[in-house]
Amino acid sequence: MSDTQAKDYHLHLTDEPDYIDAKPGIGAWLSTVDHKRLGIMYLFAVFATFGLGGLMALLVRLELFSPGATIMGPDTYNRVFTLHGLAMVFLFIIPGIPAALGNFVLPLMVGAKDVAFPRLNRASFHVYLVGTAMALYTLVSGGVDTGWTFYTPYSSQSDTPVVMMTLSAFVLGFSSIFTGLNFIVTIHKMRAPGLTWDRLPLFIWALYATSIIQVMATPVLGITLLLLAMEKVMGVGIFDPALGGDPVLFQHFFWFYSHPAVYIMILPGMGVMSELVTTFSRKKIFGYRAVAFSSLAIAIISFLVWGHHMFVSGQSAYAGMVFSFLTFLVAIPSAIKVFNWATTLYKGSIILNTPMLWALSFLILFTIGGLTGLFLGTLGVDVHLHDTYFVVAHFHYVMMGGTAMAFFGGVHYWWPKMFGRMYNEKLAQLSAILVFIGFNVTFLPQFVMGSRGMPRRYYDYTPESGYEIFHKISTVGSWILLAGMLIMLFYLLQSLRQPKNQRLELANPWEARSLEWLTVSPPIEHNFHEIPTVVEGPYEFPINGQKSEH
Amino acid sequence: MTSTNEAGSFWMPPQASTVAQEVDSLFDFIMDLNYIFFFLILAMVVVFVVRYRRTQQNQLATSDLAHNTFLEASWTFGPLALCLVMFVWGFKLFTTLAVAPEGAMVVNVEAQKWRWSFQYEDGQTSDELYVPAGIPVKLVMRSKDVLHSFFVPDFRVKADVIPNRYTTLWFEAIKPGVHTIYCTEYCGKDHSQMYNKVHVLSEDEFKKKKEVGFDAEIDPVTGKPKAKDPVVYGKELYEKKGCKACHSLEAGEKLVGPSFHGLFGRTGKTVAGETYTANEEYIRESVMTPLAKVVEGFPPSMPAFQGQINDEQMNALIAFIKTLK
Repeated sequence: MSDTQAKDYHLHLTDEPDYIDAKPGIGAWLSTVDHKRLGIMYLFAVFATFGLGGLMALLVRLELFSPGATIMGPDTYNRVFTLHGLAMVFLFIIPGIPAALGNFVLPLMVGAKDVAFPRLNRASFHVYLVGTAMALYTLVSGGVDTGWTFYTPYSSQSDTPVVMMTLSAFVLGFSSIFTGLNFIVTIHKMRAPGLTWDRLPLFIWALYATSIIQVMATPVLGITLLLLAMEKVMGVGIFDPALGGDPVLFQHFFWFYSHPAVYIMILPGMGVMSELVTTFSRKKIFGYRAVAFSSLAIAIISFLVWGHHMFVSGQSAYAGMVFSFLTFLVAIPSAIKVFNWATTLYKGSIILNTPMLWALSFLILFTIGGLTGLFLGTLGVDVHLHDTYFVVAHFHYVMMGGTAMAFFGGVHYWWPKMFGRMYNEKLAQLSAILVFIGFNVTFLPQFVMGSRGMPRRYYDYTPESGYEIFHKISTVGSWILLAGMLIMLFYLLQSLRQPKNQRLELANPWEARSLEWLTVSPPIEHNFHEIPTVVEGPYEFPINGQKSEH
Repeated sequence: MTSTNEAGSFWMPPQASTVAQEVDSLFDFIMDLNYIFFFLILAMVVVFVVRYRRTQQNQLATSDLAHNTFLEASWTFGPLALCLVMFVWGFKLFTTLAVAPEGAMVVNVEAQKWRWSFQYEDGQTSDELYVPAGIPVKLVMRSKDVLHSFFVPDFRVKADVIPNRYTTLWFEAIKPGVHTIYCTEYCGKDHSQMYNKVHVLSEDEFKKKKEVGFDAEIDPVTGKPKAKDPVVYGKELYEKKGCKACHSLEAGEKLVGPSFHGLFGRTGKTVAGETYTANEEYIRESVMTPLAKVVEGFPPSMPAFQGQINDEQMNALIAFIKTLK
């Protein structure tokens, strides 16, 4: 192993083809163990599932434009909103950043040639495809109408393809567990020489914390869904009172996974944020240790707050008290991160190109999402707000305003590295702005509707209720979102139709400091000709003026 | 920051219960914190992005500031302290919401797909909720099938209604009025149609209503219960008792159950292969014990109304069905 130091690393082209050209053919791609190819295939897959979930959302919003039936009846509506949730949660957001961006970037960022278990990585992708196929099968066999949360006994008794859908989620869970396992081992064992824990980019810390949750929480969902399937198929009474079961037990089991799951969703997004904010202000992160440890703190505390989804479920008031207290605790590390990112901008050199626009969107929208969570963690107020549109708005602000924005930011950031091409910057900025505007027009009115009492998962509402104007504004917002996303689809596909650029030109277009930028774009199959040795932290940007403010 | 907003505010519906004002006060406090911190972060972002934008002169950062103990401690312990305030305040409010006062008037609530029914201490039942103003009312609730949730936005109260045990909530309505009840736990097809109303009456009005019968209509001139036109009453019951969810009035339209159009006098086969004629007795039997003669091609899904529909109501339903030709 050469002891080339990272900052002295010289890029050079050789005859070796990049990972896209090496081993061509569909067979080679489908049987690949190359983390980069797997990451790209995941990327296409999650764009497609985002499209599916997004289409369902557009249909929901269209139906709600006016009182009464607009484009569908209640049975169809219930299936459409269920698929929206299932597709977005299990097929898009949970795999999203870790599988699409993490797979591609992580080994490069730690200076490795691949993940620790490349064949397990391939299995992860194939299992994802099987799970997705099973989920899509339920679409053509009538569609599930239980909501993505499968609450019992409605789901125990529903004659829609609940068993197939829960088994699909069971299968998808393994994809998540395999990825988490792989990342943990890779980060522990395969860092380049000199890459100590306190020099790791924060995206890696975030993926590490995420992986811990994936490995520990997902099995609980697996078991829960298996129990539900057993109840339906074999009549074993666990959750259905008609069979002697307890419906609230299902909620405990379900949320024990699904609350940590939302941190599986947001932590990688926070990791991307740290990369974007530093690179595009050319400045080191403020409070590196605090951000790194916050990720771990969030991962641990996330397991202790699940009951905040159940304050009015019939759960005891004492349990409610404990969960409320812990919920406030888990808010603090997120708040610390937001302050740290904002402070990183101070005295930086900030450029408002596309990835930075997404990062700033995240910063503003995630702040709203996090702050509105305070209402819901507060027991006395949650009684009023639970199961209303206020909750719907809150979680869309954190999941979409947070994770999805970070996902798109990361896609645009690592796009030149992944494909050796750039996208049309003007169109990309337009798309980011339209999505930001459309998102707020869609979801801000939902806070007001919710606090005024509009329940969620409602097919319909009355003209006298006063909610109509909010629904109309929200639906128009969804059309603005659609416009932004269509533009993105257009210019991203267009960029792929260009010939690949000189691989040196786009090696490090952002002048970033982490190791993935020290190789050609797209990278060769084995990532680096020589593994670099790291001698400094990941955000050591040169500064103007000699005064160091340590 | 008091929140006496009986008519409601930008964020909240009218304050129609004694606890609503307390809930709104805490909500407003949290909203104020939201505004303060949001605008603080927004200001930091906007000011820094403008002030430190990349220009010819500002190509590189002019600082490598990575720590500031005072700032970091402030934004850790400051928010923590505020969180503790919200937690304690919220918990105390929650105990107020959860524990009904001694001697509250009890009403039993039953939820099912897709309607509510109420039973009072004297055994009377009604399809909509009637309560006196100024007196604490405790609802003891149970579901007959899946999860539902009882929510009155104007009162700021909510509790899930579950099938295997009772859940409760309580409120004290401030003054006479009518307020919407929503089901707010997804329960299937007509989850959004389970509207109901709380009628808050003055104590006197409530006493009168109770004597006459909650579902009875009073003639405003005589002060006596109006004789109801059976067909009109029948149509009302068709809606209130939930028949509407499964039986269409359109010819041939199959919902969960057969259409009522042209039902009276119709003959056909049951799932057991017997012949039935839809006369008065058949209709009554199907309402009271619906699984006795299920029509061929339909599922055995209809709930039984034994004990929930009295003779006068049965006659009205039959009269209504007879008109559907």
